Amino acid sequence: MKGMTIIVKTITDFVAAFIVVFGAYIVLYGHLTPGGGFAGGVIIACAFILLMLAHGREVAFARLPERAAHIMDSSGALAFLIIGWLGVTGGFFFLNVFGRGDMFRLLSSGMILPLNIAIAFKVGSSLFLVFAALAMFRRRSFRAMIEEELS
Amino acid sequence: MNPVPLYVAIPLGAAFLIPLLGMWWKKSGETLAVLSTLVLAVMAILAIGTPAMVHHMGGWTAPLGIALVSDGLTVLLLIAVNVIAFLCIIFSLKYMKVYTGLTKYYSLFMLMVAGMNGVVVSGDLFNLFVFLEVASIASYALVAFGVEADELEAGFKYMILGSVASVMILFAVGTVYAVTGTLNMADASREIATRFGGAEMNPALLLAAAFFLMGFGLKAALVPFHAWLPDAHPSAPAPISAMLSGVVIKSLGVYAMCRVMFHVFGFGTASPSSAIIANAMIGFSVLSIVVGGLLAIGQWDFKRLLAYSSIGQIGYVTLGIGVGARVLATGGTRSLAALAILGGLFHLINHAAFKSLLFLSSGAIQQATGTRDMKMLSGLRKRMPITAATTNLAALSISGVPPFSGFWSKLIIIVATIRAGLMGVAVVAIAMAFVTLAYYVKVQREILFGPVRGPAESAKEVSPLMYVPMIILAIVCVGFGLLYPVLGSRILEPARDALLNGAEYVKLVLG
Repeated sequence: MKGMTIIVKTITDFVAAFIVVFGAYIVLYGHLTPGGGFAGGVIIACAFILLMLAHGREVAFARLPERAAHIMDSSGALAFLIIGWLGVTGGFFFLNVFGRGDMFRLLSSGMILPLNIAIAFKVGSSLFLVFAALAMFRRRSFRAMIEEELS
Repeated sequence: MNPVPLYVAIPLGAAFLIPLLGMWWKKSGETLAVLSTLVLAVMAILAIGTPAMVHHMGGWTAPLGIALVSDGLTVLLLIAVNVIAFLCIIFSLKYMKVYTGLTKYYSLFMLMVAGMNGVVVSGDLFNLFVFLEVASIASYALVAFGVEADELEAGFKYMILGSVASVMILFAVGTVYAVTGTLNMADASREIATRFGGAEMNPALLLAAAFFLMGFGLKAALVPFHAWLPDAHPSAPAPISAMLSGVVIKSLGVYAMCRVMFHVFGFGTASPSSAIIANAMIGFSVLSIVVGGLLAIGQWDFKRLLAYSSIGQIGYVTLGIGVGARVLATGGTRSLAALAILGGLFHLINHAAFKSLLFLSSGAIQQATGTRDMKMLSGLRKRMPITAATTNLAALSISGVPPFSGFWSKLIIIVATIRAGLMGVAVVAIAMAFVTLAYYVKVQREILFGPVRGPAESAKEVSPLMYVPMIILAIVCVGFGLLYPVLGSRILEPARDALLNGAEYVKLVLG
């Protein structure tokens, strides 16, 4: 059987969705409460990393394909830059040109919320890809390395 | 609105667009990289002679928000970075064909350019650190791009030492923030000037200056912080070596050091503390000139020889600037300090031109003959006339043969050093200029002249995409030597004045 024991797998399946929801909350309320795009993105990535640890790479990639992660990675960063450029319509790079809204509402503080979402996509997908890249390499035993060196 | 943010935004946009479009369009890397570096190079050249300007990010004015500043010194560095980046990209089009994962290469390349432009235009200490990391991390990956064992080792070594430097710089930024309560360079400089102007500095600030000197010194590969460079620069693909030796060590090391020392620690005014820092700068420079030069003589790997030569030549650049700082700190005449700094900056831009040319030539030779071992090569003058001619020009220029550019910049530095009363240093600088000549004569004798034998027999001239950038750089080497009266007043003197007039920088940023 691939991956870890049935206990770990069951619990992982159960909590992964909650972790994603919590991460999304951290991202969306980043401008009101502690947190933000970076922290939320890391939490969302953790859900997928947990799936990868418990079930192996194939299951994690079935939920979030590598290609989709790459697209989100680049387009998140690009979205951040484009939102920054929208400020140029007001004369300054990163000028907050969106409506500010009422204080302490979800839809307030102009471009901070879209920027947090862009950062969450970028950070979450990159962290997932970094972990996937590390998981690609199987560690060789020290003995095997020595034997190879001697032969 | 002014164009300063574009220097960061264009390469950053290209860096993220390349991998995205690269999934469907194989040529995205080449096309976007050529287009964006061309636009950047043209923008940088058009910026010559424009008045100094500042862009307040997000509309937040200076001490609160992040300011992007463009003054004479910035323009000098922007021209060096972006023009050389464009030429290296053109060179890469053909040279990099043998590698795989080219979208990643071009993406990292653009990220490195974005980081360097960011360091150059930033007016905020922490922002400078962030861009420095962006450029450094991109360059660690690019050094290891060939993923052979020795390339990975060089990249790893570079990453470890580079991270040590970054920690030092971060620590220094934190200390300056603790003492002055601001991260804006102009604001910090005003604070330091009002509290310590002309007097002994707070020990915490001296510690910060020492950490800046070590951190930026490591990025600039000054001896004794140079250990990473002789591995990293030869291991990278040739266009990356050209970028690293040509502009990365200058924009991340020398430029950042000058900007922080002159525009935060206030080198413009006489004070015992700046004299200590300036003397340390001169000490590191002399060590670099001597150690880099002497180690270069014994090298038989062409790129490794060039790498050691970079250490020696960067020593001349910081020597000029250090002597200028020392003259100012000890209450010497302003015109003498101006001369020394002008020499340093002139050598900076000259070295950017001829060292990138030499590294591109080494790449062309390696591709044509399959080796860079100087013992195996001989007589390339007959087989690769264009590469041989450009290599020759660059070698003559770097070793200080009149009338090429390197002669004039070294002459200015040495004259200023003598007039500043540092006879011993001047004698060392002159002696090591002859050593430079000696090892470039060795390059010419071993590689270019002599009978055609070994791998040179089957060598053919490289494609025009590779030799045209080399010819352009060779023209620049000759042009900087002959056209100084035109160039000096347009590019170098504004840069020198920007560095000397710290008060004007404060006025520009804070309004």
